[in-house]
Amino acid sequence: MSEIFMIMFAAILTENFIFAKFYGICPFLGVSDKPSTALGMGMAVTFVMTISSAATWAVYYLILAPLGLEYLKTIAFILVIASLVQFIEMFLRKNIPSLYSALGIYLPLITTNCAVLGSALVNIQEGYNFFESVVFGFSAAIGFTMAIVVFAGVRERLVLADPPKAFRGYPILLIAAAMVAMAFSGFAGMDFTR
Amino acid sequence: MCMKKNKYLSIFKEGVLTNNPTFVQLLGMCPTLAVTTSVTNAIGMGAAVIVVLMCSNLFISLVRKLIPPEVRIASYIVIISGFVTAVELVIKAFFPAIDAALGLFIPLIVVNCIILARAEAFASKNPPLPSVVDGLATGIGFTAALTCIAAVRELLGSGRLFAGADGSGGITIFGEWFTPVTIFLLPSGAFLTLGFLIALVQKVTATRLERKRIHDLEMDALEAGYHKTLVRDPETGKIVKRKDLAAIEEVPVALDEMTETDEEDKKEEEGGNV
Repeated sequence: MSEIFMIMFAAILTENFIFAKFYGICPFLGVSDKPSTALGMGMAVTFVMTISSAATWAVYYLILAPLGLEYLKTIAFILVIASLVQFIEMFLRKNIPSLYSALGIYLPLITTNCAVLGSALVNIQEGYNFFESVVFGFSAAIGFTMAIVVFAGVRERLVLADPPKAFRGYPILLIAAAMVAMAFSGFAGMDFTR
Repeated sequence: MCMKKNKYLSIFKEGVLTNNPTFVQLLGMCPTLAVTTSVTNAIGMGAAVIVVLMCSNLFISLVRKLIPPEVRIASYIVIISGFVTAVELVIKAFFPAIDAALGLFIPLIVVNCIILARAEAFASKNPPLPSVVDGLATGIGFTAALTCIAAVRELLGSGRLFAGADGSGGITIFGEWFTPVTIFLLPSGAFLTLGFLIALVQKVTATRLERKRIHDLEMDALEAGYHKTLVRDPETGKIVKRKDLAAIEEVPVALDEMTETDEEDKKEEEGGNV
């Protein structure tokens, strides 16, 4: 049981996908202008990542490994993720149109979000079992959501700031992200193994 | 032939400078931030991206008329991931140190937006040769940007440059007196360096645009004969200083004509009103 908690805390804090591992920076910079949108994106990613962790684990250990096709995992995983995202897009459009319109063009971008493929590949690399994979996918996504929502809060304040002309737009955002990352690196010394 | 060369040159300039994938378009940020702790890693990553980008652009351009538009993105991703897998296997076999340092970011080239963006924006609409050139140019732009970021981070973070992929060796730039600023090797240093470099690029671009604007204004004033110090010599057509060309006394014709027509317009308007 403690193993599971270790995986969870590590994935959310010490090995945070955004601030420690740099998976999923594109949506982090793209959809973090309002906390509500950021939360929606985070929820979509959490949903996709939890399901894709389970699906890719199954594809790897039930199909690829018995056939000796482990080297095809990148191609297989990206196909699984792409079809999952397509499915979720259809589901949202039909059942939660408000969230669908809020996330707009970013939903298809989840396919090319390295966080989703990254978590699937980490699961295989670390040799997690099925349950651990799902927990890792879920908690990494929670860490991602937390990072993007926290940063959206910071970014709302930035709108009122008046930086020098050259720093307007992305530079000041990246520097703000650096500050938040510094705060997150405070977790790096924590060791959950003991 | 000359026209063709110019076309390729402009594709090159577009990819490397004016539309630099990292500094201008902010695409593919994940590897940009993650692997730039040393110049060696940055160049390794850049080389992998160049190879994948050229191959996928070539292939997508060759089959561009066969892919139905509804499934094009999925097809591109499958093509790209095929090439990425090949590159990954080659790096694993021949450069194990680079493979260990770059970790998952080699397979993650699949989801690098730069490659998909070039496939969608260029290779799907252009013949094979320009597509390959575009892939090479964009790849070089990406590599150059990564190398810039890595150079700043490695130099400030460790005082060395070109350390091996396993962290050993390298050329010591700063001597014993230098205390490495470790934060530049940490994640926040990546954000910080990229932020400052993009600010620099924006500053340079803004200055160049402003200079061009002033230059255009001056040229307009010159052509109209209003420029303070310069004037076009009516005989030779060359631009000369106004004081060197004493014979200029004629008032620009356009000015007189304009006032006349204005007055006529006014009269007409008044007549209409009455």
